[in-house]
Amino acid sequence: MNDPYIVLAAILFTIGLVGFLIRRNALVIFMSVELMLNACNLVFISMSQVHGILDGQVAAFFVMVVAAAEVVVGLSIILMIYRSRRSTSVDNLTAMKH
Amino acid sequence: MTLLETLDPVAATGAFAFAWLLIAIPAAIAALLLIAGKVTNGFGHFIATLAPFASFVLAVVYFADLLGADPSERAVELTLFTWISSGAWTLTAGLLIDPLSILFVLLITFVGGLIHIYSIGYMAHDPNRRRFFAYLNLFIAAMLILVLADSYLVLFIGWEGVGLASYLLISFWQERPSAATAGKKAFVVNRIGDLGLLMAIFSMLMLFGTTNFQAVDAGAELIPGHWATLIGFFLLLAACGKSAQVPLQSWLLDAMEGPTPVSALIHAATMVTAGVYLVVRSNALYAQTPTAQIAVALVGTVTLLAGAWIGCAKDDIKKVLAGSTMSQIGYMILAAGIGPAGYAFAIFHLLTHGFFKATMFLGAGSVMHGMNDDTDMRRFGALRKAMPITFVTFAVGYLAIIGFPFFSGFYSKDHIIEAAWANQPVLGVLALIGAGVTAFYMTRLMFMTFLGQARWKDGVHPHESPLSMGVPLIILAVGSFIGGMALNGWIGGWLADAVGAEAPEHASWLPHITVLGIITLLVVAAGVALGWYLFGRQEIPTTAPAGSILTKIGRHDLYADTVNEAIFMRPGVALANGVATLDDVAIDGAVNASGRLPGALGGRVKLLENGYVRTYGLTMVCGAVLVGLSLALSRLV
Repeated sequence: MNDPYIVLAAILFTIGLVGFLIRRNALVIFMSVELMLNACNLVFISMSQVHGILDGQVAAFFVMVVAAAEVVVGLSIILMIYRSRRSTSVDNLTAMKH
Repeated sequence: MTLLETLDPVAATGAFAFAWLLIAIPAAIAALLLIAGKVTNGFGHFIATLAPFASFVLAVVYFADLLGADPSERAVELTLFTWISSGAWTLTAGLLIDPLSILFVLLITFVGGLIHIYSIGYMAHDPNRRRFFAYLNLFIAAMLILVLADSYLVLFIGWEGVGLASYLLISFWQERPSAATAGKKAFVVNRIGDLGLLMAIFSMLMLFGTTNFQAVDAGAELIPGHWATLIGFFLLLAACGKSAQVPLQSWLLDAMEGPTPVSALIHAATMVTAGVYLVVRSNALYAQTPTAQIAVALVGTVTLLAGAWIGCAKDDIKKVLAGSTMSQIGYMILAAGIGPAGYAFAIFHLLTHGFFKATMFLGAGSVMHGMNDDTDMRRFGALRKAMPITFVTFAVGYLAIIGFPFFSGFYSKDHIIEAAWANQPVLGVLALIGAGVTAFYMTRLMFMTFLGQARWKDGVHPHESPLSMGVPLIILAVGSFIGGMALNGWIGGWLADAVGAEAPEHASWLPHITVLGIITLLVVAAGVALGWYLFGRQEIPTTAPAGSILTKIGRHDLYADTVNEAIFMRPGVALANGVATLDDVAIDGAVNASGRLPGALGGRVKLLENGYVRTYGLTMVCGAVLVGLSLALSRLV
């Protein structure tokens, strides 16, 4: 009875993954990462429901906290990059190339 | 095996407590001249000349003390300091003054001092005279350490010091490639001998736990016979290296590249006698091993004949004398190989040889001085009028070396021939032949240099040398004349205890007339006559004739260098080249390849770092998928 949730989570994860791989805008990539994280959260909570234990829900909370912290740091980095380069395209950020 | 009579040394008291000054004086002067540098250019050679004489005066005092002492107390030991203290071993450094070493000290300091005086004149025009005198003093100091040491280990310091000084002096004119090469050759050949001495020292440390002469003498008869033989051969190898005995003789002839006083001091009077000293000092060991003793005697005999052969063939006056040095040292080694009966005679001949060979070498230097440094005897001749002092003193040396009655060599060489005849008749006969050959080549030298017609090169005006060179010649010549008579009746008894021999019955300065003595004289006379017949009657060509096969072999030093090159040098060079190639190709190749491999790998891997986030992301995804797959698969299994 939880299959639809798992399917939904898989769809969300795939959308996030593809977005992460093909988009150039750093903000969009960020959103895609969030999408994947939340897909994982959905699986955690569904499985918690299935097994009747709360571990999955605890894990989901952890993920949310970490994701929030990550957004704070990540968005400020992206903002700084935008300020200095007037662009958020990740293809221009190749300073770490060999 | 009987217990040998050896002297138990008494502790040093009184003047003997300052015996280290013998060594310290020349060593300090050498250091001063080398460190102070140009400041001492003006007076360096004078203080350097005083140093050996200061040591000589001190040595005379000690000699007088020993002479006055009871024969059983004629060995004085002065312990200087604890050198090595490690675990069970405590090795001390000390000096031993006994009848044997004091004779050497007297010879070294006196003849050495005269050679210093001579060098003042001989090296007067050399810009590096100060350095020369510093090296001479260094040599005297090293040689004194060698003979005064109370253990083989301390002796080894002097042994190496002598090798170093000899290297520095042979290649003194280092701007000449031949001199530089000769110095290196002497150094390398001496190293082979040093190997022998080192092995002997290691063996002694293993067997006795010390290298002190007394301890080794006392322990010699307690060790297994094969060890005594082995140490005997090690010491023989060492003696061969230092004393230029076959098969390590090849350096001596090249060593004539050094200034002539060096040839006189090092390669005639003192350094080359170190091997004889070593063998005589090790008499207790050799007493346990007849095999090694025979080997010593054989080496001596072979060398005395080889040296005489070379002496016959050379036209270079210094090389003739070098050959004769080899030959005379061969006599000493032969005498030392005979055993207790010969030790005193070896030392006796060593002392007389020190005088007459120094006379002749310095005389040769004087001739060269007057002949614009030419050494080719074919361009000499008729120098007796131009250089009367040199001629007379050289003639005394000549009479001494051939063993003319009442001259010093007459006494010392006859003893050796007689002792050899009594112990090993074959060696005695060979030594007798050697005496005849010696007479022949020395007569040849005399005729070619001082007598006959003048064959001087154009522009050469022979003249007598300055007084600073003449006076040492005269003193040495007097020593060459009276040395034999003075020592003949005395030296046997003096050395008897120190070398473990029995004191001889009363001997006097009068020659002991025996059948063998008369035969020896006849053989010598025959050699002189042959020399006169071939070189005294007729004009000597200024270019060397082709000569017989024997002459050719002699001119090439019996092909010793060729043999050494073929057996040791060429295979050695080939081996070194092979190893170098192996190193370059195989080892360097492997190391470089192991370095290049990660480099190349890294070059490929770094292409993945293209800076695009999505590439990193894809890599991550692939990794995650792989991890997930492997987890899933492991679940299935």
